[in-house]
Amino acid sequence: MTQPILELSGISKRFGAVQALSDVHFHVHPGEVVALLGDNGAGKSTLVKVIAGVNPADSGVILWEGRPVKVNRPSDAQQLGIATIYQDLALCDNLDIVANLFLGSERTAVGVLDELEMERRAQELLDSLSVRIPSLRVPVASLSGGQRQIIAIARSLLGDPKVVMLDEPTAALGVAQTAQVLDLIERLRDQGLGVILISHNMADVRAVADRAVVLRLGRNAGDFRIEDTSYEEIVAAITGAADNPVSRRSGRAAVPGTEEA
Amino acid sequence: MAQQTTGTAQGAQVARDPRLIVDDGTPRGLLSGALRRLRSGELGSVPVIVGLFVIALVFWTLNDKFLSPQNLSNLTVQIVAVGLMSSGVIMVLLLGEIDLSVGSVAGVCGVVTTVLAVQYDWNEVAAMAAAVVVAALIGVIHGTIFAKVGVPAFVVTLAGLIGWQGAQLYLLGADGTINVPYDGPIGYLTQTYFVPAIGWSIAAAAVVLYAGFTFYGESRRAAAGLPAKSPTEIVARTLLLAVPVLGGVWVLNSYKGVPLAFLIFVGIVVVFDLVLRKTRYGRMVFAVGGNAEAARRAGINVDMVRISVFALASTLSGLGGIMFVSRSFAVNQSTGGGDALMMAIAAAVIGGTSLFGGRGSAYSALLGGLVLGAISSGLFLLQMDSSVRFMITAVVLLVAVILDAVSRRSRRAHARG
Ligand SMILES: Nc1ncnc2c1ncn2[C@@H]1O[C@H](COP(=O)(O)OP(=O)(O)O)[C@@H](O)[C@H]1O
Ligand SMILES: [Mg+2]
Repeated sequence: MTQPILELSGISKRFGAVQALSDVHFHVHPGEVVALLGDNGAGKSTLVKVIAGVNPADSGVILWEGRPVKVNRPSDAQQLGIATIYQDLALCDNLDIVANLFLGSERTAVGVLDELEMERRAQELLDSLSVRIPSLRVPVASLSGGQRQIIAIARSLLGDPKVVMLDEPTAALGVAQTAQVLDLIERLRDQGLGVILISHNMADVRAVADRAVVLRLGRNAGDFRIEDTSYEEIVAAITGAADNPVSRRSGRAAVPGTEEA
Repeated sequence: MAQQTTGTAQGAQVARDPRLIVDDGTPRGLLSGALRRLRSGELGSVPVIVGLFVIALVFWTLNDKFLSPQNLSNLTVQIVAVGLMSSGVIMVLLLGEIDLSVGSVAGVCGVVTTVLAVQYDWNEVAAMAAAVVVAALIGVIHGTIFAKVGVPAFVVTLAGLIGWQGAQLYLLGADGTINVPYDGPIGYLTQTYFVPAIGWSIAAAAVVLYAGFTFYGESRRAAAGLPAKSPTEIVARTLLLAVPVLGGVWVLNSYKGVPLAFLIFVGIVVVFDLVLRKTRYGRMVFAVGGNAEAARRAGINVDMVRISVFALASTLSGLGGIMFVSRSFAVNQSTGGGDALMMAIAAAVIGGTSLFGGRGSAYSALLGGLVLGAISSGLFLLQMDSSVRFMITAVVLLVAVILDAVSRRSRRAHARG
């Protein structure tokens, strides 16, 4: 197979007394959707924040296209081409949709914000995602949860990223909007992007992911090709036991997880 | 007065959301749109402008000298020093923080200017420039302690309030008061008035530039297929600007002309408004005030924004301090002290800048300053002392803060952040 676009090895991260990640390995190829799975507190969000430069790792190596890189700040990750959509979306409620989409990468003409260009690109982008929003000039506080999620995803696409990370993108969405987001993820993969998807929804994972990487208590607990792996195997890796509450309750389908930030 | 557009999403042209309410371009449509925005809590500058009219009417009824060109002209010069401090406070409020040191910084910069100019015999312009640099450095210190060390801005600037006042007393030494010449650049700052032609030219230029840029911008938007303001709305907005600008110049010209100090103040307000609304830097300030974590993740250097805003606030306060000195031809232990700090913060809030961060405009300094200036000028004409002024100011401030809180709640209910 090709060389991974992003590869992490030996990543450790500690918060005070909590060893959130220990010696974690992870990689994603171009044109691949990797699901990052694990129970609440397994360290998924922490790993995402390490990759995004929000909370740099204490130790470990990050390779980008095979070269070692330092990702100490969000702008480092952005410059490499890593886009992140956080669980808590991180939108500025007081700013309108266009301002949020272009936050940190505003277009300017002769030193002045080029609102026209930004609004036109925003409209194009949202149209291409078949997203309909009453007005691009309303503060994002006025949008529904699904609309906010779409805005957050759309924002990450403006920078032409090579890797997109989504932390629980469908947790707050209705059926139609979930399908839209999954379509979007497949479109990103077909365009050759590496996609890292955190989700508790096994149906979503099976629908779009090529591979599943499982974390448990901050350590690697498995790396599965989705099409060769049963639902039970993945659940066992997540919970750390073959005999676990989930498989005992077999017969029920996916266990929807809701998780706080 | 709402048009509903419908269409299909399949075509080359994607229709606007049918739920979008589009005001039509007729005067009635404009009015109903404005009323709808008011009801949903987007009060903008409306309450303070209404308040200004009420205050003017009340004082004019009690003493018709209140609206005389001489009184109004003096009023515009009286508000400049606190108004400049207030401009700085607005920047800090937009971040959702507070700067309690603006009065002390104004005082210490007044003293630095005067000591350099009088005791060290510096050129007065150089002395003023040096004082402004000192002010900027003070702001950098405040901002750095706040942003990098993480001490709450309230505490950092409270220390500044006490410490810089100490520095002011120390620099003044035993004398307590230092006079500056009437006929130097410092004195001229608040004594210079422009001949009528200059005032008219500036006013006309402002209105024409506004109309021109608005028309240009909106026609570009229309050409690009984006929602744009109708020509009727552009004309209405231009008139809303032209009436106070031309009227103000007419009044000022009937006395001595447009005062230099007031022109500097208005110029700074206009520049800050443009910086806040039209530049990346301004966008960063609003973003940090709205959600600092989101700003940080978007790659904005939050520390840099915070430090620079505190530096700007102190710089503007320093300019305010120089205006204090210019108006009284002297600096003393109470320059920048007394009620200056409270009035600067009150003006910003009365002008419509939210205490909750992320919402406000540079024009708050001008509008809030005019309200407070009108109150003190009117009470002075009625020969009432500070006791009444403080009580009235308190009521006006409370009304402004209540409006801020209520409109915030209303915006929430109407889901407008
Ligand atoms: N900023 C932080 N400070 C302290 N502890 C943290 C912080 N972020 C995460 N943790 C801890 O690290 C562990 C992993 O958390 P997280 O990565 O959010 O898990 P997940 O997203 O997989 O549910 C948890 O025990 C959590 O309490
Ligand atoms: Mg998480």
